Amino acid sequence: MKSKLVLIILGVASPLVALGLWWSVSETSTNSFFPPLSQIMTRFSDLWLFEHFQSDVLVSMGNLFAGFLIGGLLGIVIGFVLAMVPLLRWMCEPTIHFFRGIPPVALIPIVITLIGFGSEMRIANIALAAFFPTLIAAMDGIRGIDGSLKDVCSVYRLTPTERITRVYLPAAGPQIFSGLQVSLQVSFVVMIASEMLGSSQGIGAMTLLAQQSFMSADMWAGILLLGVIGFLVNIGFEAIKSRVLSWHLGSKRLERAA
Amino acid sequence: MSSLLTDSTTISTTRPGSEEPLSTTTTIPRLEVQGLAKSYGSGAAAAHIIGDLTFSISAGEVVCIVGPSGVGKTTLLKCLAGLHPSTGGNIKIDGKEISGPPAEMALVFQDYSRSLMPWLNVRKNLELPLRHLKLRAAELEERCSTALNAVGLAGAEHKYPWQLSGGMQQRVAIARALAYRPEILIMDEPFASVDAQTRFELEDLCLKIREDFGMTILLVTHDIDEAVYLSDRIVAIGSKPARVLEVIDVDLPGPREQIETRALAEFAQLRTRTLSLIRQEQA
Repeated sequence: MKSKLVLIILGVASPLVALGLWWSVSETSTNSFFPPLSQIMTRFSDLWLFEHFQSDVLVSMGNLFAGFLIGGLLGIVIGFVLAMVPLLRWMCEPTIHFFRGIPPVALIPIVITLIGFGSEMRIANIALAAFFPTLIAAMDGIRGIDGSLKDVCSVYRLTPTERITRVYLPAAGPQIFSGLQVSLQVSFVVMIASEMLGSSQGIGAMTLLAQQSFMSADMWAGILLLGVIGFLVNIGFEAIKSRVLSWHLGSKRLERAA
Repeated sequence: MSSLLTDSTTISTTRPGSEEPLSTTTTIPRLEVQGLAKSYGSGAAAAHIIGDLTFSISAGEVVCIVGPSGVGKTTLLKCLAGLHPSTGGNIKIDGKEISGPPAEMALVFQDYSRSLMPWLNVRKNLELPLRHLKLRAAELEERCSTALNAVGLAGAEHKYPWQLSGGMQQRVAIARALAYRPEILIMDEPFASVDAQTRFELEDLCLKIREDFGMTILLVTHDIDEAVYLSDRIVAIGSKPARVLEVIDVDLPGPREQIETRALAEFAQLRTRTLSLIRQEQA
């Protein structure tokens, strides 16, 4: 118990120490690419708290979640269909593996030419990027469901809806969630990348603009903000995951302890 | 207390009346398997798993199917449960031929860890097969608590299967079958993956279920002692393809008791007889 507390303190303290070091070492910096941390923090609060919060941060986050949800949900649904209909799977699988091999960022130019520079373009890009990891994980998850669970469904004459929502979906849950986690990371990357291409709004656009105008402190502030957002989004995701998959995590913990 | 007042004529008129429905139900077997055949593939390459299998089980009987391993017992069970279509013959429940999993039947699988839903607690596992029956809340409650009491898991409703020992998990699987209220309970080597002591307890639980719920139980096992201990009749199966070698009546006195019954001379005789049948088949 005591050692656990020590570990938690260490986990919190060591990044703070690193920040402190950065602060003190950079304080006297005259290098225009590496401005003092104090200056970055001032710009951080000027820029993001809360002048551009609504116009840029909220816009970026909104795009991220919309794209992630659309891509993730489509991935789960289509993954289900493909896993259940072997004929369709044989038809689509090679194509899927071709498209998922293309780095999602490379698709941005095509989407721009198709639907322009608006928010729709960014959401479409994020959704496209989020789609493939979840699709493939959901397909694998459902195909990997134990035959005896399916037998149980048949013997007890579960309806098709019950099978899908109460057995197949939870059984594939652990894999779907690892797919979603990858999707979320890719979504984040694509969110920034899509804002860096021909957009005037969003954290990515602001950060790139700062870099192009030699405002290093503003650029660093943007990068810091991205780090904070990524960190918080991941914590949120983990919290949801540990709630939904508590049975899975619990049984794994017990397995390890045995 | 009323026996002093009732005269002999009323007794003689009520007795045939009460026996009549009993005799009519026993003439149609609860489960009847006629000329069952199952093969995979076709032509010369076909694998004939089940040859020509015929046996029947009356209501309330406990029947064990024994045979050497690899004989196709699991295939047979899957056919009986309607999970696999048979390629010949038929299976009837109360005289009606089955197609697909029948509503009157529940199956307890060998591998409890893969047949319970790990994301549902014990109570929810029991309720899952009952959802589409649209029972009233009171009946749902009654069925679940009766089933859990019967298997001795009354306090474990909110536990998850993976928090329970193997024997307890198999009890949950049995309780799930009981709450479903089937007429026929089929068990596929249900006690093969638990320790010896738990195995004895679960065997007695099986007999208790028959008494309390009046269920017809068909159990597949490769353990001959278990078959003799539990059965009213044993169906010995031979291999390649599976067929009935002999149906052995087990007239051991009841109620059965792990130590006394197993010490009986008849027990040893039945055991020897069944074992030699299966040994011959393996040789």
